Amino acid sequence: MDIVTPGFRGRARDSSQHLPPGQYLVHDFPVLSAGPTPYVDTDEWAFTVTTETGERRTWSWRDLMALPQETPTVDLHCVTKWSKLATTWRGVSLDVLLEDVESAADFVLARSYGGYTTNLPLEDLLDGQAWIVHEFDGEPLAPAHGGPARLLVPHLYLWKSAKWVNGLDLLTDDEPGFWEQLGYHEYGDPWREQRYAGD
Amino acid sequence: MVQSRLGWRRAQLVARRDESPTAVTLVLGVPGWPGHLAGQHVDVRLTAADGYSTQRSYSLAAPDHGARVELTVQVVTDGEVSPFLARDLAVGDPVELRGPVGGWFVWRPGQPQRALLLAGGSGVVPLMAMVRARHESGSAAPMHLVYSVRTPTDVFYAEELRQRSDQDYGLRVTVVHTREAPAGAERAAHRLDAADLAALVWPEADDVLTFVCGPTAFVDAVSDALVSLGYDAGAIRTERYG
Repeated sequence: MDIVTPGFRGRARDSSQHLPPGQYLVHDFPVLSAGPTPYVDTDEWAFTVTTETGERRTWSWRDLMALPQETPTVDLHCVTKWSKLATTWRGVSLDVLLEDVESAADFVLARSYGGYTTNLPLEDLLDGQAWIVHEFDGEPLAPAHGGPARLLVPHLYLWKSAKWVNGLDLLTDDEPGFWEQLGYHEYGDPWREQRYAGD
Repeated sequence: MVQSRLGWRRAQLVARRDESPTAVTLVLGVPGWPGHLAGQHVDVRLTAADGYSTQRSYSLAAPDHGARVELTVQVVTDGEVSPFLARDLAVGDPVELRGPVGGWFVWRPGQPQRALLLAGGSGVVPLMAMVRARHESGSAAPMHLVYSVRTPTDVFYAEELRQRSDQDYGLRVTVVHTREAPAGAERAAHRLDAADLAALVWPEADDVLTFVCGPTAFVDAVSDALVSLGYDAGAIRTERYG
């Protein structure tokens, strides 16, 4: 039984707003990151998938733009408690990027410009669940929000959607990323409220 | 590695202190609190009588003092939680607390490196925990807090900061104003910019632990300026409010 705080009523309940436990709705787009914003020119941008055997496949910005584009509309859930509903993005499905990559890996470590990393099971990036996105709300993705391109894995807490992504390492053994080494949950399912290690 | 779950703990308001016209420090008693590092934060959960509950994160304002933790809460206009915590929560009332959270934006008393702390508004809270941790541990590591506020009445911990900078050898505190400077101030009110920082911060940037905390626009402007001054982007730790 939760402890009731006398006098606390909270906002009006709106049963139509179905949010994961402990989340509240925002209408702006907060920015959270562990360090300064890297500024990456699209001329220099590259995205590299490295398999467990060391095989590498690299896409330039032009390569990325030439691939089939999707425009997912998804809800975002940040571990710091805010949720933002029905956000629209444009980018390339990981199903497309990983289609011709030969791998028996079960895990992925996503890497970013600036040194950020986060780990996920490979299956969470497939079957229409994840994208490399480069537009938000019809505009090029701003650097503060991870531009020129970020990973988008909306069914997990937003720290898994690595900003400034520049590669995926496909791994046989799971390897914790930046926040996962600092006490945050390995998997990060907002509907099971997996915020911190052990949740 | 098996890590035990960070469980919710019952906390009780022990005392409150006004820090500014719109900010209050809450002193909470939390039996069994496991301890924390300066810079970490906690999750607070409030539950209403009908079972509705909501959570927010707040930075810890003081170093580890056993079962007593301090949070400084800035009232967010139209906020669901902060006005209640700051104005309505009464001494003796319970809330739930979970933490400590965050292992990146932390200062440890044993760290000998120079530490540069840059605060925008209520972003001073976790940095004040570092100033206090330095004082209580007797650390001699050089520390410089640059604290940007709108007006003189917005300064949290004003008296204590004056005392600390007078008495703590190696601690420097610089308050800069963005909207209204105190009478007689040499620096006219304006947002902290690269020219200010060039004049204020250590020019030799290697080996400086840098912590920047505040609203996103402040954190972006300050960290971009530090990078342009030669600070290593990888050594700048940031925490943003929204």
